[in-house]
Amino acid sequence: MIGVANEAAEVGDLAIEARGLSRRFGDLVAVSGLDLQVPRGMVYGFLGPNGSGKSTTIRLLCGLLLPSAGSARVLGHEVPGDAERLRHKIGYMTQRFSLYEDMTVLENLDFIARIYGLSRMLRQQRIQEALQQYQLGELARQFAGRLSGGQRQRLSLAAATLHRPQLLLLDEPTSAVDPQSRRDFWEALFALVEQGTTILVSTHYMDEAERCHRLAILDRGVLVADGAPLQLMADIDCAVVLVESAVPRAVQRALSGLDSVRSITQLGMRQRVLLPRSVEQPAEQVRRLLHAASIKALCHDTTPSLEDVFVAVTQSGRGKASGSELRP
Amino acid sequence: MALQRLWAILAKEIRQLRRDRLTFGMIFGIPMLQIIMFGYAINTDVRQLSAAVADQAGSALSVQLQSQLEASQVLHIVARVDSAASLQQLLDRGQVHVGVLIPPDFERRLQQSARPAVQLLVDGSDPIILASVQRLLNMRLGMDTAAQLEPVGQLFEVRNFYNPERRSAVFVVPGLIGVILTMTMVMFTAVAIVRERERGNLELLINTPVSSLELMLGKVLPYILIGLVQVTVILLLGAQLFDVPLNGSLLEVYVAALLFIAANLGLGLLISTLVGTQFQAIQMAFFFFLPSILLSGFMFPFDGMPRAARLIAELLPLTHFIRLIRGLMLRGVELVQLWPDVLALLGFFLLSMTLAVLRFRKRLD
Repeated sequence: MIGVANEAAEVGDLAIEARGLSRRFGDLVAVSGLDLQVPRGMVYGFLGPNGSGKSTTIRLLCGLLLPSAGSARVLGHEVPGDAERLRHKIGYMTQRFSLYEDMTVLENLDFIARIYGLSRMLRQQRIQEALQQYQLGELARQFAGRLSGGQRQRLSLAAATLHRPQLLLLDEPTSAVDPQSRRDFWEALFALVEQGTTILVSTHYMDEAERCHRLAILDRGVLVADGAPLQLMADIDCAVVLVESAVPRAVQRALSGLDSVRSITQLGMRQRVLLPRSVEQPAEQVRRLLHAASIKALCHDTTPSLEDVFVAVTQSGRGKASGSELRP
Repeated sequence: MALQRLWAILAKEIRQLRRDRLTFGMIFGIPMLQIIMFGYAINTDVRQLSAAVADQAGSALSVQLQSQLEASQVLHIVARVDSAASLQQLLDRGQVHVGVLIPPDFERRLQQSARPAVQLLVDGSDPIILASVQRLLNMRLGMDTAAQLEPVGQLFEVRNFYNPERRSAVFVVPGLIGVILTMTMVMFTAVAIVRERERGNLELLINTPVSSLELMLGKVLPYILIGLVQVTVILLLGAQLFDVPLNGSLLEVYVAALLFIAANLGLGLLISTLVGTQFQAIQMAFFFFLPSILLSGFMFPFDGMPRAARLIAELLPLTHFIRLIRGLMLRGVELVQLWPDVLALLGFFLLSMTLAVLRFRKRLD
């Protein structure tokens, strides 16, 4: 048996360990041979486009889906075999708002507290704390269906943490939420981590991914990279050149299709061009290519962002280079 | 109006319909089911009514009468007893619909015009059965014996039990309890779980420590109360508006209703584990409702149906409840006398509930 709730994480103590986890839906391979280690006491992010297997992985990890192959150990429980006992220790927030819209905030919280078997005293205490911590006090008698996106997320998080889970699984919790609410939401997550909770959160926002202690990038069911965000940016096997010009579409046409160019991303009048790391003097290289096409542009080297990492690792499998070379 | 847009919507509608297998099935299923049931199973010209005979005369002529009754195809003699009380008992239990009482002085009565020779005790709670029996009144006893005397008096006297005023409300209202409960209970529960699945609540719920049994029972119990309220409303309205009698015990009526509600709720839960959307749940409930209302004996007498239809009807809880509720309310029997139907409902509840709990997985696949 591993650890006790709300204790600081021991070194090398894993909240989640998956080996070769796979899941097929008919012909579709949603998750393929996933090896995953999530240490305790941190925010671990799943970054990936829609359909990359983030939701399926989270559902596999809490026993809602049976794996086609492989196995997972979550908080010391084999999943799915021992999923029932695990349920007391984890909190789960579905992608879609899944509390009762025709019940009030208070009624929803009370219902969930009872489902988790909290005593009367504990129920009252925890619900009061939750209302305060998640600024739901004034909304207590509002129907959940009338809440805004951000308020719903706070309510969902409050409900998912009433039983003080050791592990929180959050499936794209902020996809329907405004930027300020997202910031608040992440503050709340770090407050939970401070108390010893481990959080696995899936997202397709780069800024959120950057906030995670560690990150796994998923692409079409395969884990293509994982590590701390800064480490991933340092380890990227690409050089990034920033191109500024008056004719970005012409730049796009001139550079795309070249073997030495892995991707081009336009940001207004600027473009980020990814080249293999093997290319020497990348900015100079791009300048020459554009000059040959009679395009005037400013080119200079820049440091890779997480989005560059994301583009590099998710495109490598589709295009030229081989996969998972980014993995440390 | 643009034809292109009209066509776009029309084509989309057909495309979507084709992909909804259940709805597509209903397009063919409903007419086929209806035609088969109305055409074959439903027969208002009822023959082979189950009957019991008490032949107290025991003469050649009384034996001849019996074979002639059977030859008429109106009656099918399933039991022979020796007293009027035993006939009454069989009628009370609903085992026969007609009792034929041939008195000891049968032959003497044949010669007297004052009194009818034979008494037909009829379960007249069903007007169709009563009408069928009345066709016998034209029958004449064939005299192929040496007794040369033509009977002068009336051969049969019909004694209408349980519904002497022949009011159809008396017959319909008890069965209506069953029909209304079938309609509402199956649908309520079938939708109750599917609604949570559709709205996404279920994914959260199954990830909590709640067990399948807790979830199922918690879903069912409130509806039991609702069902009992419905029973009360129908009983009160039936008594106030139509003077429907309650000849048996009120408590036993509620016990029977409780069993029937439980059986229907179990079935509703089972349906909810088989379908994905509320619309499909309602379709399935309707698919079950149709044979229930037509084959259970609520609308048409059971005795008039072919064997296959009767076998199917035995699998429907409503068939058993209709027998129970008519026995309790109209014939005033005790529940214990109707034990086979009580057991059938209990069995139905246990089976459907067990299947529902077993089928319900706390998983999404």
